[in-house]
Amino acid sequence: MTPAVAAIQRPTNAKLLVVAPDGTLTSRSRARLADVLRPGDLVVANDAATLPASLSGVHQRTGDAIEVRLAGRPSLSETDVDRFSAVVFGSGDFHTPTERRPLPPAMAIGDMLTLGPLRAAVTGFLSHRRLISLRFDGTADEIWAGLARHGRPIQYSYLATPLALWDVWTVIAGPPVAFEPPSAGFVIDWRNVADLRQRGIGFATITHAAGISSTGDDELDARLPLDEPYRIPVATAAAIERARLQGRRIVAIGTTVVRALEHSAAGNGTVVAGEGLATQHISEQTRLQIVDAILTGVHEPGTSHFRLLQALTDELTLVRALQMMEALGYRSHEFGDSMLIERTPILPGRGWKGPVERIEVPVQERPDAIP
Amino acid sequence: MGDDRFDGLRVAVTGGTSGLGLALVRELSRRGARVAFVARGADRVAAVARESANVHGIAGDVSRKEDIYPIAVQVLGELGGLDVLINNASDLGTAPLRLLADTDCEDLERALATNLLGPFRLTKAVLGALAASAREGRGAVVINVSSDAAVTPYPTWGAYGASKAALRHMTSIWDTELESEGIRFLSIDPGDMDTPLHALAVPDADPASLRRPDVAARDLLDAVAAVLPSIAPVGAGTVSEAPVSTRIQ
Repeated sequence: MTPAVAAIQRPTNAKLLVVAPDGTLTSRSRARLADVLRPGDLVVANDAATLPASLSGVHQRTGDAIEVRLAGRPSLSETDVDRFSAVVFGSGDFHTPTERRPLPPAMAIGDMLTLGPLRAAVTGFLSHRRLISLRFDGTADEIWAGLARHGRPIQYSYLATPLALWDVWTVIAGPPVAFEPPSAGFVIDWRNVADLRQRGIGFATITHAAGISSTGDDELDARLPLDEPYRIPVATAAAIERARLQGRRIVAIGTTVVRALEHSAAGNGTVVAGEGLATQHISEQTRLQIVDAILTGVHEPGTSHFRLLQALTDELTLVRALQMMEALGYRSHEFGDSMLIERTPILPGRGWKGPVERIEVPVQERPDAIP
Repeated sequence: MGDDRFDGLRVAVTGGTSGLGLALVRELSRRGARVAFVARGADRVAAVARESANVHGIAGDVSRKEDIYPIAVQVLGELGGLDVLINNASDLGTAPLRLLADTDCEDLERALATNLLGPFRLTKAVLGALAASAREGRGAVVINVSSDAAVTPYPTWGAYGASKAALRHMTSIWDTELESEGIRFLSIDPGDMDTPLHALAVPDADPASLRRPDVAARDLLDAVAAVLPSIAPVGAGTVSEAPVSTRIQ
């Protein structure tokens, strides 16, 4: 599929492929999101702002140029900002696709990294040569100031021009704790939020430290997503419980929301307010307890995001959806078009749906009927 | 009044190293708020940050587009979110004051950059955090510091007056549009104060005739407390509770 190469969060012609519970596919205009959802739905979005997580600098012992991409944190605490996990690249910049970036110099525990005004020590290796843990010197305020001034948002090689923070912050962005943008949220602007309210659709947020989406290294990518801390406000947990009691749908904006809500509910089936650390991987094996639908970008088979979508609908439906999006000129990647997948109910006694049965379902192409 | 309401409240103040802004930082700290303030001079920022508890200093210039997101990262990162934004940093435009016909375009542009575009950009960058705070029932308030020059066409105050008039109108539009999100926007005129900005504008003014910034800061924060949800539901029209000396426009 063609990637969207312009950093425009809400192109007026953005498309939305709706995958109904029975596998019916319908292409709609994404700007009319409120019309695609139902009164009574509760939309839950991730309000994490994106950190300038890409830090250029030098590995002091060798003098070699490196790029450090911060990738994880143990908590969301605003004072707990010295310890990070990070992916390290050798010289070069984002114009080179990550899979062709050179390895960093051989590093040892205790090695110092100079990253603009920041200094960090390598504190460990997370069973991969590119994936390290590090600890910054200085107070929390000094670290925040160093990140804010020296860091750049993680860049994408398919974009022609470098991204600025204002390109990657969603309009609802709050605490800067995501390492890459929760890009499903690009669909939302304040007009949408008002439209949702007008149609009787609820809107709530969580904060989830979305990690990096891809490292260009197959072995490392297979471990994604890494552990991600999240916070669920009391008001959001209460709104979710109210909606579930009344049989209304929970619509997650983005895979991070699915991960956080399902992790929170893993204990006793109830979303709990407070902070947690999402460690699970969601796949076709996962029985979702909370999320009834997801609004997400276009994800390719084999990625962790695609596996997560298989918890909502089967692989063949997703492949059909991809074929239809390809045919209709949908664009992929962070600034691309979107899908809304409504979960297929799990019916008692119904086994795995064989491929033949699903292929016989005709692809219904109904371009947006709304003028 | 209102001290408890500030306990743990997350507040950002621009122009926090002199005049009203400095007085606000000190008073907020005294009332138990968690404060992030912004000002241009890094040394002065560090000195002010050292003198009070729970205060985070951020070096940055709100009139520069490139500084806004680094400022927002630090405000939201250090406080973990935001309940109150006070856009206080102001630029006189011309000092000494000049007739509008004698005002250089560049001076007007600078006044607009600091007094109008800066508050607009910073408000947009932190709006998500403010809306989250409102949804969580903590309240969300943006104070744009105004002036009687925003209303009255005083001769020689053209660049400043025009920029403050635009800010005042923008504040009303923000307030109307975002009332449904639970975010309140207020223009507050703190009156003529004994501050460096006033001394630049009116060098021979008698300080004794001017309001002390610490008094103006207390009044302004009482006006904030009056619209926080613990005293009145958001949008309940509590403007009349503001002290008379602090004019909510």
